[in-house]
Amino acid sequence: MAFLKKYISDVLGAARSLLKGMRLTGYYFTHHKEIITQQYPDNREEMKLPERFRGEVVMLHDARNEHACTGCTACELACPNGTIKIITKFETTPEGKKKKALDTFIYHLELCTMCNLCIEACPTDAIKMAQNFEHSVYDRSKLTKKLNNPGSKIREGVE
Amino acid sequence: MLSIENITHSIDAWLNGKFSPTVVLLLESVIVGLCVIGLFAVLGLVLVLMERKVSAYMQVRLGPNRVGPAGTLQTVADTLKLAMKEGLTPDGADKLLFNLAPFLVIVVAMMILAPVAFAKGIQIWDINIGVLYITAISSLSVVGVLMAGWASNNKYSLLGAMRSGAQIVSYELSAGMSVISIVVLTGSLRISDIITSQQDGWWLFKGHIPAMISFIIFIIAVTAETNRAPFDLAEAESELTAGFHTEYSGMRFALFFLAEYVNVFIVCAIAATLFLGGWMPLHIGHWAGFNRVMDYIPSSLWFMGKTFFLIFVIMWFRWTFPRLRIDQLLNLEWKYLLPMSMVNLLLMTVISIEGWHF
Repeated sequence: MAFLKKYISDVLGAARSLLKGMRLTGYYFTHHKEIITQQYPDNREEMKLPERFRGEVVMLHDARNEHACTGCTACELACPNGTIKIITKFETTPEGKKKKALDTFIYHLELCTMCNLCIEACPTDAIKMAQNFEHSVYDRSKLTKKLNNPGSKIREGVE
Repeated sequence: MLSIENITHSIDAWLNGKFSPTVVLLLESVIVGLCVIGLFAVLGLVLVLMERKVSAYMQVRLGPNRVGPAGTLQTVADTLKLAMKEGLTPDGADKLLFNLAPFLVIVVAMMILAPVAFAKGIQIWDINIGVLYITAISSLSVVGVLMAGWASNNKYSLLGAMRSGAQIVSYELSAGMSVISIVVLTGSLRISDIITSQQDGWWLFKGHIPAMISFIIFIIAVTAETNRAPFDLAEAESELTAGFHTEYSGMRFALFFLAEYVNVFIVCAIAATLFLGGWMPLHIGHWAGFNRVMDYIPSSLWFMGKTFFLIFVIMWFRWTFPRLRIDQLLNLEWKYLLPMSMVNLLLMTVISIEGWHF
């Protein structure tokens, strides 16, 4: 009789667990005021994105138009699909020494998968992920962005 | 009192006064056919919208809310879109079978509708083997599904169709067993007899525990027969793209889609007829006052209410349970549902012979 007991307890246990699931969805069905989705185009102004949401790579500039990028190309090397291209130049310091510096930070948004590897690779925290996600444009070439502001230079003391 | 029965009778009398009996029969067939097609169209629109709203609410979302007031015209827009799309036939497909399959599926769905009683006196064909007819015809739909899968010349379609075939063939058994358990109680296969036998209470309540067990088994089996989740291996979006209707587009895809929902409606209508008394209002034994109050609600409303409640339950299943694997599916049928329904049928027969039911 042991097998019969197991059979019946199997059936009852299955029924109980199925009813448990149905109770949860039934609860959701009757409490549809607690909507968890964001009503996006309607709530564009007050929309709250999660803190770690990744929309695009931006370079941080302070008030004096200075950034922290040394042009080390660590992000370019870290990028798995060639999204970042860094063009460097040589600057002469007041002491007369030549030093590598950032000329142009090219970012291909259309290739980017928002994997965050470049941000993790950056030794000076010069770039970070922004939350803007409305990237649609009419021309593909607009997606190739230059991240460092015109006329910006490296902040004092960042090596 | 204005009821659908009176309207049909007055139409019948008016036609009989104008034409000869043969012409009347033909005209009435045309009217009934148009009504069935209209019902199908409305059901497709309403049930798809209902499914989308129910699923949205169960997943704590809003669902369609853009087209029309609160999204009620969403399915109309979808149908319009499907009607305007090109109906593509793949190069390698068997052209005749490929184009025939969706119509076969929908014709089968139409045929099952014949003995279903929608309200008091509203029944297309009160055939004396109604229940047998329904079980016989409903197993035909697998032919359409297999035809679609085979003719598509696509391995996913064929796999989906084969799964669907295995599933329908095995679950037909326990669905039939639970139908028989009600037939044992009523002693008749005629749908109208089954409904009148529930005048003093529905079989679900009159038949003790065995009736409830056979009701549950019937609901599980017909969920599997209509290929709906959690038994949707035939479609299995994540494995077989869309199963047997992968290659279909435009209106022919819409016919498959419609047939799924119409089949859900039909099996729920049958479950409501067998276990919940069809159009019969909720009557309790000899409570004359209570019964009279219940009679004021029109019978068509009772039928639709019960059917849509059961449809809601089946949708509830779909949006709660994960899909079964093929071996789990067959295990459930052959190891659990079938033995249980056999024992249950035996119990039911004893109850019926001894007259223990109310």
